Amino acid sequence: MTDATPTATTAPSDKGLDARLVVRRGSFRLDIELSAAPGDVVALLGPNGAGKTTALRALAGLTPLSEGGRLRLDGASLDRTPPESRPVGVVFQDYLLFPHLSALDNVAFGPRCQGVPKAEARAQAAAWLERMGLADHAGVRPRRLSGGQAQRVAVARALATHPRLLLLDEPLAALDARTRLDVRAQLRHHLADFEAVAVLVTHDPLDAMVLADRLVVVEDGRVVQEGSPSDIARRPRTDYIAQLVGLNLYRGEAEGHTVRLETGPAITTTEKLDGPVFVAFPPGAVTLHRDRPTGSSARNLWQCRVGGLETHGDQIRADLTGELRLAADLTTVAAAELDLRPGAVVWATVKAAQTHAYPA
Amino acid sequence: MSDPVTSLDKSDAPADTLMGGPRRGRGRTRGRTGGRVRGGAPPALLLPALVGLLFLLLPLLALLVRAPWRSLPEQLTEPEVWQALQLSLFSATAATAVCLVLGVPLAWLLARTEFPGRGLVRALVTLPLVLPPVVGGVALLLALGRNGVVGKLLDSWFGITLPFTTAGVVVAEAFVAMPFLVISVEGTLRAADPRYEEAAMTLGASRFTAFRRVTLPLIAPGIAAGSVLAWARALGEFGATITFAGNFPGRTQTMPLAVYLALQSDPDAAIALSLVLLVVSIAVLAGLRDRWLTAAS
Repeated sequence: MTDATPTATTAPSDKGLDARLVVRRGSFRLDIELSAAPGDVVALLGPNGAGKTTALRALAGLTPLSEGGRLRLDGASLDRTPPESRPVGVVFQDYLLFPHLSALDNVAFGPRCQGVPKAEARAQAAAWLERMGLADHAGVRPRRLSGGQAQRVAVARALATHPRLLLLDEPLAALDARTRLDVRAQLRHHLADFEAVAVLVTHDPLDAMVLADRLVVVEDGRVVQEGSPSDIARRPRTDYIAQLVGLNLYRGEAEGHTVRLETGPAITTTEKLDGPVFVAFPPGAVTLHRDRPTGSSARNLWQCRVGGLETHGDQIRADLTGELRLAADLTTVAAAELDLRPGAVVWATVKAAQTHAYPA
Repeated sequence: MSDPVTSLDKSDAPADTLMGGPRRGRGRTRGRTGGRVRGGAPPALLLPALVGLLFLLLPLLALLVRAPWRSLPEQLTEPEVWQALQLSLFSATAATAVCLVLGVPLAWLLARTEFPGRGLVRALVTLPLVLPPVVGGVALLLALGRNGVVGKLLDSWFGITLPFTTAGVVVAEAFVAMPFLVISVEGTLRAADPRYEEAAMTLGASRFTAFRRVTLPLIAPGIAAGSVLAWARALGEFGATITFAGNFPGRTQTMPLAVYLALQSDPDAAIALSLVLLVVSIAVLAGLRDRWLTAAS
């Protein structure tokens, strides 16, 4: 695909996406910086209502940018370019395959709109479907496709226009758990092959971490953290991310090996730091005792009250309140031996070696 | 199609979350019995209902009872009858075509765009629906008549006169029938998901291409239903036609006008013509049965 805006200046150095997405709607304000090089897969991760889909719509041109926003793709400014002239492909959350067209004609729709003759467009579409492993379903209407098949047709339809920016809105949200596993693996494969920028929106941390090279966490219209999946999983900076990746997260002032939390208690860590820091530890690192432990080598000891219990995989997750609010994972057997029930008073210990402190 | 399913889901969802478990269960039982009352209807309702039914059916029965069945074949093969029937079918079809060409874009404008005074425009569009057709005919004469506001210009610039011509019949019928089409299509458009148009645009389709290749096929059932309604309305049109186009056999005398005229000179002919129109109406109902009557019940 050639440049949609012939007047725009293109410099070889600025390949890829460079955007500041500003959208004001009522009291909500989205303002996020987003940049990516060709070949990058960026995931916008955030809770519902954080503005992820609005950001995607702004990239596609379906929602206009407010003042202060800018959008450059491969050096060309797209601020004023209507959606149909942007080299952007979109995979919508519920796919939005045209119900009156066959899978083949859905995929051929984009090339046809770009002026490719009908026979050639259909040949291209057939090749795309073949690549997606859907050659047998070319003549099928969308309603007769399974969720996973429909998703692949939607990806093929978006890729068939040779976009320089591929947008995926919750690409796996509409699938059941088993299909999801397969489709996630296939999508990862297709995204790895894609040579331009891909931006995907999801509220599922697993999808984000499997599919993307870089995560941009959006909360309430702004970026709260950005980085590689492993970095974000190890060093969350907000409660939302800590919850997503399953960590207990606290903020406090460090003095050597001790971090004094804003709420009062202190946590002993192995890292030696000074100033504002985050401390994180996984729920599995917490050991619970019915009586105050005496012989434990753990440096961190708090008295807590059980707020709630729920099964978490093959484990029990206990929500503890009291001196320190934290989540603890324990086996079903251990929970039974401790006679855990909401309201019970327990002692929680965490070894310093299992905590992780990093500058805030 | 997947559309009805998703729209059903949507309408169910808020009810579920608002009402919670027990009421949802009750809703299900009600759904199973179809809202029917057990133990029969009370006489205070049953009696007027039956009278009402009789009131609607009796005239049609009378038409069938008094029909000159023996002379019917001759009556219907009279050249005047054929002339009127042909003219009626032609002008109703042409009027429907005019309604489609102008009405579908109008419906799109009303359903998909925001502009100041949209509510007023919508009300004006539906005005011919409630306006007495004779008044419509008079208004058309004042606008498009030889001395009308626009008609004068049409006459002096292009030599076109509409009143008392077959084209005038088409204009009068289209004027009366268009609201039916616009309302039907607008309703279908509002129910259709506009995000399909957005999906088409991200694939490189202009708004018009998106409308032509995506929206139009999606709302085709609504357009078909609206067309049939408009066509039926145009076929039966009397007041506006006789006022604006007159009553010239072969040129502007449509079936309803022929029926009315025949009633004064040859009642049997009037009955025969009425039977033809009745058959056409029943055919229209049968054609709409699936889309319309079942959807409402």
